[in-house]
Amino acid sequence: MTVPQGPARVDAAPVDPTPADPIPADPTPVQPSPPAPSSAPPVDTVERAAGTPDEAQPHAALGLRDEEYARIRDILGRRPTEAELAMYSVMWSEHCSYKSSKVHLRRFGETTTEAMRARLLAGIGENAGVVDVGDGWAVTFKIESHNHPSYVEPHQGAATGVGGIVRDIMAMGARPVAVMDGLRVGPLDAPDTARVLPGVVSGVGFYGNCLGLPNIGGEVVFDPTYAGNPLVNALCVGVLRHEDLHLAFASGTGNKIVLFGARTGLDGIGGVSVLASETFDAADPTQAPSRKKLPSVQVGDPFAEKVLIECCLELFGAGLVVGIQDLGGAGLSCATSELASAGDGGMHVDLDAVPLRAADMTAAEILSSESQERMCAVVTPENVDAFMAVCRRWDVTATVIGEVTDGDRLRITHHGATVVDVPPRTVAHDGPVYERPYARPEWQDALQADTVAGRPRPSTPGEIAEQVRGLVASPALASRAWVTEQYDRYVRGNTTSATPADAGVVRVDEETGRGVAISIDANGRFCQLDPRAGAQLALAESVRNVASSGAVPVAVTDCLNFGSPEDPAVMWQFAEAVAGMAEGCAALGLPVTGGNVSFYNQTGSTAILPTPVVGVLGILSDVTRAVPHGLGPEGHAVWLLGETRDELDGSAWAGVVHDHLGGRPPQVDLAAEARLAALVAGAASEGLLSGAHDLSDGGLAQALVEAALGTGRGARVALPSGPRGLDAATVLFSESGARMLVTVAPGDEAELARRCADAGQPAARLGEVGGDAVAIEGVDDLPLAELRSLWEATLPAALD
Amino acid sequence: MSRIGVITFPGTLDDVDAARAVRYAGGEPVALWHDDADLRGVDAVVVPGGFSYGDYLRAGAIAARSPVMGPVVDAGRAGMPVLGICNGFQILCEAGLLPGALVRNHGLRFVCREVGLRVEADTAWTSGFTVGQDIRVPLKSGEGRYVADAATLDALEAEGRVVFRYTEPAPNGALRDIAGISSADGRVVGLMPHPEHAIDALTGPGTDGLGLFTSVISQLTAAA
Repeated sequence: MTVPQGPARVDAAPVDPTPADPIPADPTPVQPSPPAPSSAPPVDTVERAAGTPDEAQPHAALGLRDEEYARIRDILGRRPTEAELAMYSVMWSEHCSYKSSKVHLRRFGETTTEAMRARLLAGIGENAGVVDVGDGWAVTFKIESHNHPSYVEPHQGAATGVGGIVRDIMAMGARPVAVMDGLRVGPLDAPDTARVLPGVVSGVGFYGNCLGLPNIGGEVVFDPTYAGNPLVNALCVGVLRHEDLHLAFASGTGNKIVLFGARTGLDGIGGVSVLASETFDAADPTQAPSRKKLPSVQVGDPFAEKVLIECCLELFGAGLVVGIQDLGGAGLSCATSELASAGDGGMHVDLDAVPLRAADMTAAEILSSESQERMCAVVTPENVDAFMAVCRRWDVTATVIGEVTDGDRLRITHHGATVVDVPPRTVAHDGPVYERPYARPEWQDALQADTVAGRPRPSTPGEIAEQVRGLVASPALASRAWVTEQYDRYVRGNTTSATPADAGVVRVDEETGRGVAISIDANGRFCQLDPRAGAQLALAESVRNVASSGAVPVAVTDCLNFGSPEDPAVMWQFAEAVAGMAEGCAALGLPVTGGNVSFYNQTGSTAILPTPVVGVLGILSDVTRAVPHGLGPEGHAVWLLGETRDELDGSAWAGVVHDHLGGRPPQVDLAAEARLAALVAGAASEGLLSGAHDLSDGGLAQALVEAALGTGRGARVALPSGPRGLDAATVLFSESGARMLVTVAPGDEAELARRCADAGQPAARLGEVGGDAVAIEGVDDLPLAELRSLWEATLPAALD
Repeated sequence: MSRIGVITFPGTLDDVDAARAVRYAGGEPVALWHDDADLRGVDAVVVPGGFSYGDYLRAGAIAARSPVMGPVVDAGRAGMPVLGICNGFQILCEAGLLPGALVRNHGLRFVCREVGLRVEADTAWTSGFTVGQDIRVPLKSGEGRYVADAATLDALEAEGRVVFRYTEPAPNGALRDIAGISSADGRVVGLMPHPEHAIDALTGPGTDGLGLFTSVISQLTAAA
């Protein structure tokens, strides 16, 4: 496994949080673009660049350091043209080159064994990892961030985040079949949350619903550190037959490069606008005429993408595609340099052939445009006509823009002159690598010493019951239905489990019932206390969620959201989290198949909580045998699997009741997680379990409430004090890992007990399913109707 | 075996679900393309849900003017059973086969949830139900609020053409809680909720939705 090299989306660059300009309403196609008017400055050709070595270039404004600019000049043996400078600057950005994270991400490669790789058909470095799920089926999945655009323009930022990850999945030859979203915003009652969260949710829903992809789960987390920097992480999963796997490479001299999908416009060209010669003012690049001033956040058209999906699948099915690449962050710069450097020859691209939707676009603008809903394919000459016919059937614009050539150069022409002539690998893969300084922050010790142990815990039944109610209704734990009811979870008819279940489950094969379960999880509070343990706890929770459906976890994708890599404390958090994740994945035998890194998530000098989001994919050989979420039928026994310790630091209880974050997170016990997952998968495959729910945020109390509300059946339970003699409040609110609630038919209890004993799995019988309350012996009877209204009222009260 | 056409427009999403529902009900689904000039000899047509043409202009407005809709309108007027689901309902209204219109939900947000419906009329697509029967199916739409002028609504009620009514206050603010209506002869039916997503307890709220498809197939079989 190598470090991620795939094209990441627009993220990781600090964005000026001013409101975006109005969305351009006029999509009138202008094609082909006319020659530059004679009054315009001369086109910056390779020839001109060679002859004007001393011309000043705005490399710093484009984010390139002096030494990086010097390296580009070394590589080329001259100064770069404007177009080349645009390409290098965007491809060498943090976002595309992983220059700050690369040295740490190598840990994943170092800890991945051949055994872990056994199921992988493609791994990190491709657009998305591909996992063999059996019977000739493969699944590809990946999570990516679209954080900064979603703060500037929540609806479009989130929508194009979904669009981008879906194209990554398409680029592997797969049919996208489901999406998930991990959202993190400021406190529910913060004024800006009322702008950001509804906008983000409507964007995720608008794009996913219109694409016909069920949204099967995710997270919504509120914390003050996300107030000025929300996190929008989108996951897509796709399904393909092994033989349909497509990779991004351009080979075969004479093969044609076809750009298809939407036209290329001025949207999302971001920093490259400083290159527009007629407007560039070195003293003040903001003083530009308004002609080209367009939103830096891209605008999505899910209808165009839906048509593109169907068009691509038909092209794949007809065998008309040699190589394929989606256009996302860095647009054509990324697609052409990636395709060319992954192939075995050079490439020539003629920008005059690119269908445009704005007049007078410069080469740099065409190459940097992040117009959405575009793909780039490599097609043999004899298949071009058939390729075009499929595109016509779907009313998709498709244009041959170049071809694979002999040699090893990427040459791009515009208005008949060469504007780019580079070794493509130097653009796509040979970006700078930083060894950023990192250091454990000096406040870490004080934070870890400040445990919640000294804060009062409730002792009377009335106090405990009151805190259970308070947690159920808290923003941290209240129902997310306000969000998820805006997402279609039924489309395509293969969703067998969706939020609020622990994992989303999608059927892959209608004949056999084979399917996959996915969960995405992170706990930034735990990570703040100990990033290494926190990353492992996120992995453990995700594994547990997938396991609670009865699935066998097989692979991981991750989205690493952190503050500024220029802050040694943040860099330490990142290094620790990556090391922890790599260790954890190795311990559980799960390969990381891909993902992305998002840095610069901070407001002023305050970073977000370190937030490594983990997505775990599991396999179910038959979704009809999946364990239902929640409590099983009346009269079934309720069991708690796993061991409860006094672990309240960083918990939802500490946050909600005491507004406290300090101490150490719960102990990580990956062996216990693996044992629990294996036990549940084994019991599920034989139909032993009638219901399950993992224990995480809010501990046993919240798990009981959610499991009861999930199926509308109550339970009568007694709390296990266990060998440690814990008090009731600690048993109810502790967030110890490796625990799950399960229900089992009375006749199957002995078998469950036997399996637990054989596996060394701690287990305790709590009581039975039944009644219309969560009745906790020695605490109180909490009526379901009351719990439901507490749980469901919080988000609507704040957001409606 | 009854052959039931399922139309795919660019942007149609629930065509696979509608075809599956036809299959589960014992019929043969026949794929129809928006550009088709004829109906390939089918016995009935389902216009499925989705966002045909991206809901550009108005939901259903462009699809209603697609080539395939010419023969659908002619056949529907001549008594062929036609079912429009969600975007399909919008298309049938835009095409003039059904009265009224579907506008933005009163909460201005997309709503996806299971809803209760009361079957209130005996039509080609509901003959297998008992009038007054309650069924449970998913609703998922952003523009599902049925509206028409008072005279039209009164006429629909008087003529027994309100086929489905929400059993709770309509989540989209539909006038008189109307979820689905029919043509005067009861052959063309449109509804916002999705019966094709309620054909298997594994993937939906139950199997109530299958009744629409078995109804039309038993009618077609009896007539044959």
